[in-house]
Amino acid sequence: MKRCLERLYNGIIKENPTFVLTLGMCPTLAVTTSAINGIGMGLSTAAVLVMSNMLISMLRNVIPDKVRIPAYIVVIASFVTIVDFLMEGFVPSLYDSLGIYIPLIVVNCIILGRAESYASKNPVLPSIFDGLGMGLGFTLALTIIGFVRELIGSGQVFGIKLPQVFEPITIFVLAPGAFFVLAALTALQNKLRIKKPAESGGCSAEGCAGCGNLSCAGRLFTTGGQKTEEQTNGKEEA
Amino acid sequence: MKELTVLLGIAMSSALINNVVLSQFLGLCPFLGVSKNVKTAGGMGAAVIFVITISSAVTAMVYSGILKTFGLEYLDTIVFILVIAALVQFVEMVLKKISPGLYNALGVYLPLITTNCAVLGVALTNVQQYAEKCSFGKYLLRGTVNGFATAAGFTVSIVILAGLREKMEYNDIPKSFRGTPIVLLTAGLMAIAFFGFSGLR
Repeated sequence: MKRCLERLYNGIIKENPTFVLTLGMCPTLAVTTSAINGIGMGLSTAAVLVMSNMLISMLRNVIPDKVRIPAYIVVIASFVTIVDFLMEGFVPSLYDSLGIYIPLIVVNCIILGRAESYASKNPVLPSIFDGLGMGLGFTLALTIIGFVRELIGSGQVFGIKLPQVFEPITIFVLAPGAFFVLAALTALQNKLRIKKPAESGGCSAEGCAGCGNLSCAGRLFTTGGQKTEEQTNGKEEA
Repeated sequence: MKELTVLLGIAMSSALINNVVLSQFLGLCPFLGVSKNVKTAGGMGAAVIFVITISSAVTAMVYSGILKTFGLEYLDTIVFILVIAALVQFVEMVLKKISPGLYNALGVYLPLITTNCAVLGVALTNVQQYAEKCSFGKYLLRGTVNGFATAAGFTVSIVILAGLREKMEYNDIPKSFRGTPIVLLTAGLMAIAFFGFSGLR
């Protein structure tokens, strides 16, 4: 049980997929025009993550090593299709506002990354909790970004209009606002990390620049030697 | 002639107005990761153009030829991702055999493209926009043009970003903004600049 709780903490805080690992940036920026959208996207990703982690962990001794990546992709894509249909049926308005980003959960590097680096090596129960932790961490991050963008961009909180104390800055709900908010939040987190350098595993200024580039593709390119486990995330040709 | 105007409209809209990275946020990972210098960014862009153009044509054929014939449209996500993964491998092998020069230039970038969500994104957008409304020929043509233009838009933006990053490499950036944040800020400013193209509509 302790191990399961540790996985939850790990996913939500210690290795938060968005703020610490910077994985899965596309949905992070695209759908966070409001906090509700962020929660919706986060929870659907979490659902896929839990189910795919569970199944991959069950099948970990069956799948031959050489074809594991295609096998994982098929498992993930099947669950994404299921989630896609469930959302179309039960929450059509959310489905419309998330649009093409629901099927694109398939290529979210968090899911493949967890399958490769955790679920394929560990028993079922910890894998489920690992998926849950990562999923909730992702949901939390998307909600925070969505909350900030919605508050500044349209003067609302979770769809409720606030009294007009300031003029909403529309650009924050448009595309550039996503970049600005994420830049500010990452800078804030860097600031906190510079203050207590021991926490992040000796991530020097140069190392952090490396970490910054790591969103899946960059991860294969930056040759920084830190975080061996995470570096395998999203590797296709491994 | 009318079709040509439509195609031009599609190309302009997906290359500049709805730029794939800066307004749709697809393919952000390589956009942030492989934009350290102009040369690698150009290589990545070329590989993306190559793969997306081919994959939009192939997925269009698979969708109309196989999925639609057997009434399996709902499997599109699963089938497309496998088709794309296989295609990337295949393109890599073919290039290695027939054009080692091009293979050496694109080689490193090709395997990365499977994880580029723009490829799957374009294939799915094509299905949504053209598959039901147009005949097969038009779907194929428009889909491929859309794919090419989207990838061209990706290349334009990643090369511009790489150029900017080269320029500001030695700038005195506040400590907490070094690394990702400053790149994101630059991308945000670029996105504002690309809003200018919406006047073309």
